[in-house]
Amino acid sequence: MLEALEGSQAVARAVALCRPQVVAAYPITPQTHIVENISKLVAEGRLDCELVSVESEFSAASVALGAAATGARAYTASSSQGILLMTEVLYNIAGLRLPMVLTCANRAVGAPINIWNDQSDSMSVRDAGWIQLHCADNQEAVDATIQAFRITQNTELPVMVCMDGFVLTHTLETLEMPEQALVDRYLPPFSFPRALDPHRPISMGTLVGPDHFTEVRHSHHQALLRAKEEIVAADRDWAALSGRAGGGLLTVEGPEDARTAVLAMGSVVGTLRDAMEVFPQRRKVKLIKLRSFRPFPAEELRAACAGVKDLVVLERAVSPGLGGIVATEARAALAPTKRPRVLGFAVGLGGRDVPLETYPRLMEALGEEPPPEGFRILDVALERLSAEDR
Amino acid sequence: MIEIRIHGRGGQGNVVAAYLLATAAFEVGRHCQAFPAFGAERRGAPVTAFVRIDDRPIRRRSQVHAPRFLIVQDPGLLHLPGTTAGLAAGGGILANAGESSEAVGAVTGHPTVAINATAMAMEVLGRPMPNVPLLAAFLAVTGLLPVEALSKALAERFSGEVLEKNRELVRAAAAAAPAGLWQEAADA
Amino acid sequence: MMTDDTTDTAALRARQPRFHGLESGHRACQGCGEALAARLVTEATGPDIVVANATGCLEVFSTPYPESAWRVPWVHSLFENAAAVASGVEAALKAQGRRSKVVAMGGDGGTFDIGFQALSGMLERMHDVLYVCYDNEAYMNTGVQRSSSTPHAASTTTSPAGKARMGKRHLKKDLLSIIAAHHIPYAASASVAFPADLKRKVRRAMQIEGPTFLLVHSPCPLGWGHDSALTVEIARRGVDCGLFPLVELERGKVTGVMPIRTPRPVADYLKLQKRFGHLFDDDDHRAREEREHLQALAEHNIDTYGLRGTDSDPFDTAGADTVRRGGLGQ
Repeated sequence: MLEALEGSQAVARAVALCRPQVVAAYPITPQTHIVENISKLVAEGRLDCELVSVESEFSAASVALGAAATGARAYTASSSQGILLMTEVLYNIAGLRLPMVLTCANRAVGAPINIWNDQSDSMSVRDAGWIQLHCADNQEAVDATIQAFRITQNTELPVMVCMDGFVLTHTLETLEMPEQALVDRYLPPFSFPRALDPHRPISMGTLVGPDHFTEVRHSHHQALLRAKEEIVAADRDWAALSGRAGGGLLTVEGPEDARTAVLAMGSVVGTLRDAMEVFPQRRKVKLIKLRSFRPFPAEELRAACAGVKDLVVLERAVSPGLGGIVATEARAALAPTKRPRVLGFAVGLGGRDVPLETYPRLMEALGEEPPPEGFRILDVALERLSAEDR
Repeated sequence: MIEIRIHGRGGQGNVVAAYLLATAAFEVGRHCQAFPAFGAERRGAPVTAFVRIDDRPIRRRSQVHAPRFLIVQDPGLLHLPGTTAGLAAGGGILANAGESSEAVGAVTGHPTVAINATAMAMEVLGRPMPNVPLLAAFLAVTGLLPVEALSKALAERFSGEVLEKNRELVRAAAAAAPAGLWQEAADA
Repeated sequence: MMTDDTTDTAALRARQPRFHGLESGHRACQGCGEALAARLVTEATGPDIVVANATGCLEVFSTPYPESAWRVPWVHSLFENAAAVASGVEAALKAQGRRSKVVAMGGDGGTFDIGFQALSGMLERMHDVLYVCYDNEAYMNTGVQRSSSTPHAASTTTSPAGKARMGKRHLKKDLLSIIAAHHIPYAASASVAFPADLKRKVRRAMQIEGPTFLLVHSPCPLGWGHDSALTVEIARRGVDCGLFPLVELERGKVTGVMPIRTPRPVADYLKLQKRFGHLFDDDDHRAREEREHLQALAEHNIDTYGLRGTDSDPFDTAGADTVRRGGLGQ
């Protein structure tokens, strides 16, 4: 049914549609509304699950871990410092190959403390071994949440659904909430063959020494790579039922023969789409919407960039001392090809508005002489910094 | 696409006002988007929220820098430099104020309609919540959406006596506003 | 995943002459108090449990992949989250309508220190979990560093005795009182020297729906510096002298203690352990002072809990368990 919903409320209802058995969470802005809405659904009797309100994000992730290990469909959500406090557990969940879903309401990481949106938090755990899917709007967040529960069940890899904090979580917009029957048809009841069970005792999380650790890591890496198929299939099957596709691993919009491409993840995609209409450029430009950051779709990116001379990457986080994380990974993925020039531009750090004018500024930067370096923070006000910091 | 910016103070129901206006648009089949200018503000601090209404899906997520209309919940905010910034030519300001539209307009320098939304809310709800009467007046003045759409949006959020009182407030505020005064600006 | 054939643990369990949750053949040191305690605990719980184990010696010596000494379902995640993982296991069992009991296990480092917050959360939320802390009074897994459970004046690698220091400067944290302040249905201390008492307390906790806590004094021959054959004897003296009182608390109130018929001097307990060796230097007046300090702490325990037995009690320290090991009794 078409509804006007706040992003957090929509995601909470999408989680409920997936019939989670254990939800554990700890409040943090801007994730809070998701958990509040789930709590409300439980209080109203519309969602039957064990809701565990824990004393920290660390325990939220740990409770979800224990629940998943016991064969329950488990869910949690967090942001920013909460994701970082969870970090040790997130690696553990993935390393134990436990299925569960986490919503990351993306927010900057302090210091300085900042409650607003960028993607530093999910970036900081990109090597934890989770699948990471990014959503461009709240419809995508709803659909990705439902798909995530299927992906995690089929791959036994945890899935992090990333949605920009405030920009999506606190935005009310029109979207289609699927019917329960449709979700039930899509998502089979949860089953986890390795679950802890006194009738079939297993030891989980044993000490693995040098004789075996390498093989465990290898299989984890392979599992992530193999998960690309399931991410695509989950999206395809959901599209067949709901009529809406989330964009698999990545999608390409715009003229096929474009020599310039802009790559972005998350809510900035919509602004770019509008800007490309409002500010038509002489050159042809295509837009690459990267949905799956882990596994990183290197092959698919190479195909998307065939014939591209300039790839502009919008970064929503900075790796100090390196620069852009997504651009660096794109560059590596494109290395085997006659690769385009890859330029990373960070925008919208710590909640700075990303206006439509960002797009023409990016295009101007492409033509600069001397050519721009591989990374720059596009919207930094250098005049506000001391000379040595510029 | 119509862009509206709502200014108020923490505790005045700014975000709710934005959500209600967007939901009202949704009720009549328009596409909508509403979001706060996300702050860490506490009660009493100036806050801002944005609404976009269009006939096609709304894609941009930038803040509203050039609104067609402003809804200002506290007249004191009109003295802040940012409040009227970027107001589109031909646009208007709907302000909650005890003074006449002319008097407030002299302060803003823009076409202004003033209604005493706080007094209306106090009379009907017994609480100084100006957001609903302002929205009702806004719809009456602009003709942007039927006033009935707001009543429907209220039903999504409230029920029972609270809903009835808010609907009464909607009728009263809409009747008190100069209907259709900014119809042209809204249609532009 | 790894493709090694997994052993059918349930079939192995069926062949045991009597049920052990923790089977022999693990890699614990000779005389390990924790291994003994874990075996006793699982003997008392029976097989219908799920164990959440904190990082530590127990986890390391019992599960060198691809082997495992556990005959019950067992999960290890991290050092500081056993109580939270157990909470999640319990929530999942509840959601699934399963009735197995959840048992969390950790050492003193994972319980008194790094896992303290998660434990407090688990107790406050009233999860139906028995949490067992094997208290060997230091970080043994990393090579004997002081924890907040290390007794006053004990020498560890991070509280060594020397010219300027007499071992750990601070007191052993009174964890049981803090646990009891959560007003949980049942909290108790036990010792590997009193297996019948220990198992009774486990069975008691297993019958209670809600959070329960058991602190088990578990000597570590390596960390305490004693003969591996003396584990039980040293644990016995720890109780007999009053330094490790065996008590039971219900909803925050003391409801049972094991009386000490004839309290022994703490020196009898201390002198068998190298970690207290510096307290027996007759030329050092500080040694005597610290011994007196520890004696006072023991007497404080005896007075606080009313441990002094007045007459012959079959459940007192002399009667509760008559097994002697190594022929080294009083």
